[in-house]
Amino acid sequence: MTDLLLVAVVLTNFVLLGSSRLAACIRVAAAQGILVGVMPLILYHDAVSVRTALIAAAGITLKGIVFPWLFFRALRDVDVTREVEPFVGYTVSILIGVGAVAGSFWLGSRLVVPRPVPSAFVIPVAFSVIFIGLFLIVSRKTAISQALGYLVMENGIFAFGVSLALEEPFLVELGVLLDVFAATFLMGIMVFHISREFDHIDVGRLASLKDWTTRRYKS
Amino acid sequence: METVLIRGAALACALLFAPLLIGTINQTKAFFAGRRGPPLLQPYFDLWKLLRKGAVYSRTTTWVFRAGPIVGLAATIGAAALVPLGGLPAALAFEGDLLVAAGLLALARFFTVIAALDTGSAFEGMGASREVQFSALAEPALFLAFAALARATGALSLTEIYGRISVAAWMQSGPSFALVAAALGVVFLTENARIPVDDPNTHLELTMIHEVMVLDHGGPDFGFVQYGAALKMWVLGSLLVGILIPVRSGRWWLDGAAALEGMFWVAVGVGIVESVMARLRLLRVPQMLVGAGALCVLAIVLGMK
Repeated sequence: MTDLLLVAVVLTNFVLLGSSRLAACIRVAAAQGILVGVMPLILYHDAVSVRTALIAAAGITLKGIVFPWLFFRALRDVDVTREVEPFVGYTVSILIGVGAVAGSFWLGSRLVVPRPVPSAFVIPVAFSVIFIGLFLIVSRKTAISQALGYLVMENGIFAFGVSLALEEPFLVELGVLLDVFAATFLMGIMVFHISREFDHIDVGRLASLKDWTTRRYKS
Repeated sequence: METVLIRGAALACALLFAPLLIGTINQTKAFFAGRRGPPLLQPYFDLWKLLRKGAVYSRTTTWVFRAGPIVGLAATIGAAALVPLGGLPAALAFEGDLLVAAGLLALARFFTVIAALDTGSAFEGMGASREVQFSALAEPALFLAFAALARATGALSLTEIYGRISVAAWMQSGPSFALVAAALGVVFLTENARIPVDDPNTHLELTMIHEVMVLDHGGPDFGFVQYGAALKMWVLGSLLVGILIPVRSGRWWLDGAAALEGMFWVAVGVGIVESVMARLRLLRVPQMLVGAGALCVLAIVLGMK
């Protein structure tokens, strides 16, 4: 059961790397958020406390419902092209994802954990989600897909936290969630403003903000 | 005596029932389209018709063109002799026969391609180029799938590997098997030129892949090509069914019946996929195949805990 869940998380990563539609990516990231949110319930299914249930509920609500809703709103308001526009092609992205998964399993086998983890796959999978989130941030052009990469990375951090320290994660978790919330909010505002000024949210073009004449770029 | 019969059963099923797969797919597609469809045995009638005809050879072709269908069919029969049907053992089994089976399938493809190039037709060259491009990506996925299965079961012969895939093995490494099955499904659709990679019904040279390569074959040669294609579908389908239907009771008739039923459902599944999906753009196909390879790598990594 646990293994199936973790495999599903890794599969959502590959879909994120391979799909070109922004809306599809948001949906898949939401599905991944729900899978990761369910994780504490399944990992510790023999001793579900109120706090575990609360963490899971908060995770599912925020990652599975609130953030995707914000993303879809941003997508609608900004009215951008609905493509991901990667710097790195989709096929190569998937190959890099395979490399990231293999690397995280190697890393997971080397890492000394302070206490026994519920499943041998949890930590490698969490690492791979973090790495792929990072890769999504650096390899995609539009600001929205970068914010999406940030969300994926946060999923990985959540999974890592849940697997390792369920005693103390609540404070950490609140902090991280707040971070992401602020980031998404800011990104939303930023995205909105950028779209107002320049009619696009392609960060590759931020480099051309050198001088006043670039305003003519608009037309 | 009985063991000899059992060892021959898988190959006999492949040789006898392979065209039935095509018939089942066509029936399923007809059902979804609301038509009556051709009779279930139509592929056999077609083969019989083609075998009675004479062949016409273009003057620009050489012996390579004539050898193509014969070598292709022979190599595919060889591969069919190595592949078990679920719990039924293959006719031949030895350590490392999975490489030989994949190699024989590659040999069949090589001769189909080189016979297509021998005609000197531009369209056939284009089809050959596409076929080689896609199979170059499908083959790593196939080998990685074999590697994952060998890793999970600890055997190096197809018969042994598939003999050890049981319900208990599924309980132990279910995720790996599911990933390998998904990847083999993609390889199955690609190698057999089915939707979403190639449309077997299209008759426009610009969009065809497999069909365009065999345009110049006629009569018995074309019959060999058709029969070889059906047999190849059976071979790859039994690789898939062996994983998906883990019935290993030890009684050969029960295992064989379960595997045959699995083949039937694979054909129905292909028919459903063809009825509800459109072809992928050619540019997206390599991506799908690399994705299949990625699934296999993941299965291998999962097996190495």
